[in-house]
Amino acid sequence: MTQAHPELAERFNLDEERVNWHDETLWFVRQKRDKAAHTLPEWEDLRETASQIKHNVLGNLDTYLAEFEANALANGVQVHWAADAAEHNRIVLDILRENKVDRMVKSKSMLTEECHLNDYLGEQGIDVIDSDLGERIVQLAGETPSHIVLPCIHWKKEEIGVLFHKYMGTDEGCADPQILTGAARLHLRDTFLTRRVALTGVNFAIAETGEFVVCTNEGNADMGVHLADVHIASMGIEKIIPRREHLGVFLRLLARSATGQPITTYSSHFRQPRAGQTMHLILVDNGRTVQLGREDFRNSLKCIRCGACMNTCPVYRRSGGHSYHSAISGPIGSILAPNLDMKKHADLPFASTLCGSCTNVCPVKIDIHQQLYKWRQVLMQEGEATTAKTVSMQAMNTVLSNHGLYAVSGRIGRTLMRWFPGLVNNKLNPWYKHRNMPEAPKESFGDWYAKNRK
Amino acid sequence: MTVGLFIPCYVDQFYPQVAIATLELLEKLGQTVVFPKGQTCCGQPMANSGFAHLTQPLNERFVDQFGTVDYVVCPSGSCTLHLKEHLHSQTSESTATAIRQHVYELTEFITDVLKVESIPARFPYRVGMHQSCHGQRGLHLSQMSELNAPMYSKPGRLLSQVKDIDIVTLDRPDECCGFGGTFCVLEEAVSAKMGKDRVADHLRHGADYITGVDMSCLMHMEGILRRQGSKTKVVHIAEILNQGVAS
Repeated sequence: MTQAHPELAERFNLDEERVNWHDETLWFVRQKRDKAAHTLPEWEDLRETASQIKHNVLGNLDTYLAEFEANALANGVQVHWAADAAEHNRIVLDILRENKVDRMVKSKSMLTEECHLNDYLGEQGIDVIDSDLGERIVQLAGETPSHIVLPCIHWKKEEIGVLFHKYMGTDEGCADPQILTGAARLHLRDTFLTRRVALTGVNFAIAETGEFVVCTNEGNADMGVHLADVHIASMGIEKIIPRREHLGVFLRLLARSATGQPITTYSSHFRQPRAGQTMHLILVDNGRTVQLGREDFRNSLKCIRCGACMNTCPVYRRSGGHSYHSAISGPIGSILAPNLDMKKHADLPFASTLCGSCTNVCPVKIDIHQQLYKWRQVLMQEGEATTAKTVSMQAMNTVLSNHGLYAVSGRIGRTLMRWFPGLVNNKLNPWYKHRNMPEAPKESFGDWYAKNRK
Repeated sequence: MTVGLFIPCYVDQFYPQVAIATLELLEKLGQTVVFPKGQTCCGQPMANSGFAHLTQPLNERFVDQFGTVDYVVCPSGSCTLHLKEHLHSQTSESTATAIRQHVYELTEFITDVLKVESIPARFPYRVGMHQSCHGQRGLHLSQMSELNAPMYSKPGRLLSQVKDIDIVTLDRPDECCGFGGTFCVLEEAVSAKMGKDRVADHLRHGADYITGVDMSCLMHMEGILRRQGSKTKVVHIAEILNQGVAS
């Protein structure tokens, strides 16, 4: 790990005006979500239903996957299985090489971010263009998405104007969203017309029919796929839902939770390749079966990637997605990432006050803050604590386990604070950097009680 | 009926006036209150830092101290929630279970157990109510803004009955203040920013006092207020409810 969340968040906080803007932008999305959620009287029932459907899926994932594969094959889809990110990336490369192409258009897929597909294909000489506008912006800037639904939410429109001036020849100083979007549309139109292979993600895969559903607001997935000879769809194995009738539950929850829209502009169903087209589906594990085996963390696989937990998280809003140094950021990312690499992501479950707002907005009722607490226990027992932290925790625990020691330490501590305030009011005390210390009273409540009662 | 008063360690050491107000309030409401003298801490600071495995001696001490009372009452939603969720004993689990079922945060004890609807206190100030997360989202002391469910607030209802009080409406009624235990030093930058933003909401609406059911959140906001040289103060809800209660 180069830098952990506290340092990256501290850097983000150097520009307070920007933090305020980031916080307010995402809070606005949270408010839109609230408005949409509070308009549906059956909202809480929908969440419970979705959670239960996913519960059933996770308990029977093997059979649903086999059913899905059989139906997809019968529909004429070529199905591939990838145990990990490397295998997924190789499968994509093989398909590209079979079709003798060295460029590809890709709509939004957090799975390919998780697998670092762009980097891999870039190293192999393949040119990938992301067609989701937000993703295209971060791609041009040489960054990764900072949010799973709003990839460039950390960019201001003026900054996008500078970027587009450089790469798309828009007028210098132009920050008009309409004009910038128009420029991106022209730029992407050429991409759509000339790419023979298009890759999309998958939001929902229906075991009963072998079809899959891709949700976008821009229609870019459809543009890419409809103009390409080859459609590659990458999905995590947890994207399965049993029957088509269950889809309505999730489609009603997804966009309302994500942005407050009743539904995404496009909910595109893909069932079989059209004449002359080939369709590949890559089913990716990449740690999901390991997580399925961790009882305390299994429910994290219910996630439908709406991003509501990020928008509501007071820490995320004030630290930015990149401070989580993981493809999936925010509260859900903090319980998914340690499963992939405990050492690298040991800081993330601590990037939370355990306020519980994430759990309350989650459309599939993942107990996110409880899992953050449980990951903390696992990580510390796995030895991921610094020596200083372990020693201070042990010392604190020893003092608090012995009443005499506790009372004496408290008295000495308060006396020192009163006599030598400089002992705590200095830059070595992180509390003191932005906050005054509480005043130390002469007597504790225990002292008062001994004098005044009995 | 005996009420065992559990005073969180940091309240005992830094905010004895909150503990005194809690004790006096419970006594004025007719309760027989005992304060087991060997009590220390619920263990939450270690547990939330990932060191729950160290805290068994604290759990055993707690069960030993509070094993004989009918109810445990604590002027902190956070410590109460921790006990409710994590108190276990290797030697007397049945006692630990009984405590988990009979531990109450102060305002929920007043409204749910004592069924007291209002307390004749007077507090002639503009007051901002901070919803501490563990009390609200953990103990369900108040409805949560994320849910599509009827609004209610146990501490809010008690507060609204106080004479001459003027409760301010906040822009964000239940956002975390950023204290978070060891989070406040491990994630200092974000924690302090959250505290500043929360305080600003209260100040924007002209609060003379910020109150709540958890002194830890209030201590955090007090640190920010005093750094800013603000005249606005923090006050625990027990201190407000204990003002001018007829005995």
